[in-house]
Amino acid sequence: MEELIKKLKQEVIVQLNLEDISVDDIDADAPLFGEGLGLDSIDALELIVLLEKNYGIKIEDPKDGKKIFFSIRTMAEYITERQKA
Amino acid sequence: MNKNYVITSWGILRRGSVIVNDKIEPVQENNLNFADLIKSLFRKEQISYPKFFKMDNVSKLGFLCAELVLRDSRVAGRYSKEETGVVITNSASSLDTDHIYQETIRDKANYFPSPSVFVYTLPNIVIGEICIRHKLNGENAFLISESFDPALLKRQVDELLDHDRAAACLCGWVEVLKDRFEALLFLVEHAERMESDSEGAQSRKEFTVENLTEIYNKQG
Amino acid sequence: MKPVYIAEDHIITALGFSAEETITRIKENQTGFHVINDWSLTPSPVPLALVDSAELDEKFTKVLQSRFPEKTAGDYTRMEKMFILSIHEAVRGFGEDIFNERTLPVISTTKGNINLLEAETGRQFDPQRLFLWDMARVIMEFFGFKNKPLIVSNACISGVLALSVASRHLQNGAYDRAVVAGGDILSEFVISGFLSFQALSPEPCKPFDIARNGLSLGEGCGTIILTTDPSESTGIRIAGSASSNDANHISGPSRTGEELAFAIRNAVRESGITTRDLNFISAHGTATLYNDEMESKSLALVNCSEVPANSFKGYWGHTLGGAGILESALTIHTMKENMLFRSAGFSEIGVPEPVNVIREHKTAQVNNALKIASGFGGCNAAIIFRKD
Repeated sequence: MEELIKKLKQEVIVQLNLEDISVDDIDADAPLFGEGLGLDSIDALELIVLLEKNYGIKIEDPKDGKKIFFSIRTMAEYITERQKA
Repeated sequence: MNKNYVITSWGILRRGSVIVNDKIEPVQENNLNFADLIKSLFRKEQISYPKFFKMDNVSKLGFLCAELVLRDSRVAGRYSKEETGVVITNSASSLDTDHIYQETIRDKANYFPSPSVFVYTLPNIVIGEICIRHKLNGENAFLISESFDPALLKRQVDELLDHDRAAACLCGWVEVLKDRFEALLFLVEHAERMESDSEGAQSRKEFTVENLTEIYNKQG
Repeated sequence: MKPVYIAEDHIITALGFSAEETITRIKENQTGFHVINDWSLTPSPVPLALVDSAELDEKFTKVLQSRFPEKTAGDYTRMEKMFILSIHEAVRGFGEDIFNERTLPVISTTKGNINLLEAETGRQFDPQRLFLWDMARVIMEFFGFKNKPLIVSNACISGVLALSVASRHLQNGAYDRAVVAGGDILSEFVISGFLSFQALSPEPCKPFDIARNGLSLGEGCGTIILTTDPSESTGIRIAGSASSNDANHISGPSRTGEELAFAIRNAVRESGITTRDLNFISAHGTATLYNDEMESKSLALVNCSEVPANSFKGYWGHTLGGAGILESALTIHTMKENMLFRSAGFSEIGVPEPVNVIREHKTAQVNNALKIASGFGGCNAAIIFRKD
């Protein structure tokens, strides 16, 4: 899981053009939206693309987005769960 | 009001040539591609604005040029948010970004349309970014012309100021296509409302087609 | 300041190749949507309002042959065909002087010939046609307009902004007439982009409705001719206009609607009426959750919650650079016919502030109308039409 979390942090930085942010700057449990990285609605859409492009995972219901993308850790957990299925 | 309009602040951003109100800013890294060059200029100015890195090339260029032009102008202090207009023009529209977006949908086997790129496939987004940064709510328009057209800018801005649709206007040209780029922005104000004593007073010019052209032709 | 009158209008939409045809279908409660499942246009099936290509080619070819028998329709892009056909139909009643130095041509579009980015289509034309000024050149040369066109490319407010800017140039005497044409075509570029934004509804859009879930795209092109000559007037004039910027987010609408309200107030102030005098509002009404919400707030802020309003997008979709022209043209027809058209796709209100959405076609005296638009980049525009 920790491997995946580190990989995800790198991918999020690239996908969202978070130029001045390093992997160490991102707390795996901090909320991605609102505070923390302060991501917005376009970033949320890009995270959906990230899941599809890098992990082949399509989100069935966009309303699940809030839960899935709450933090890097919840993203990692979702990916792990979907990959088991 | 007397029809006496003045360019109170202006800036040029070209490869090898950054001039703001007659002051030539030294630019070393001219052999960089546009993306790296604009980033290095941005960092040099020490602007704290992480959203900059999400912008497309047109918006980055326009944003940076606006930053240089408005930096010392105290527009926010002297005009209400609704009084400042923005009129920007270019030739290539958002084609630079359009090509990048098209790449994300070109290959049906590797098909990942990018929303963060798509949102910038409209030329007026640069106006949006400038308005957000400087809190400008007034009249705005993005127009296309084959080349820098000072007469077009003069007509559009005169119209706004003549009829009090705006009291000040940021106008100009922001053009990027592949590695070719140039941006010129001018802050135009009524003579009566501009600051009487300011650092940039020397470089001010009457808002005429001749002066716009003269500024356009300046080399760094 | 000279008064600016509407002299003529012509529209091409998914519902037909003239305002009359479109209105006949609207009166029959038809819409122009079909679910399209064509990979070359869209990665997943969505309702789209397409202009009939065969009819477009047939009509355009006739016009082309009459003027340039040596040319073929293949020399023109789909977007250019629509612009040329629409302008041709609109200028019909005028003499050759409509193309002289006293006429300002204006083109409004968001993406022009963007389908030329596709490999196959792109091969057929000089890549320079991707530049909006080159597309405009082709259109201008077809007619022999003396003046360079003003080209407005300002997201979804382009059409309203084009009318605003044109009317101002006529007001101050710089020109006697303006030929204002606006349009956009549907393309994989645009459809895929809006899909990536999750902005498209799986069914035809429902502006202001509680069940609305996104916009529906359409294509089209319209032309409105403005004049300062009262003898050319159709009895309706542009009385005021304004634009503004939310300065909030580049794609999300303002949460308060105050900046659109500001534009409406300025347009109304210039027009010499008050909001109490308004008989009809052609809303932007894209049917996204946030846009319609914002518009309801804007209308409340300017005390227009009671004014009968609709969104024409329920009939022919969101036509982007064409929207402001097409919807203004139908606003003008609403005034000419004194007929309020039902807001297609609407059954139950679902916005935070009240909007008096028109539920069925009905006759009403429409003397003063407001057209509003908002777009990506946080832009807003408003324009007032008044009967003389």
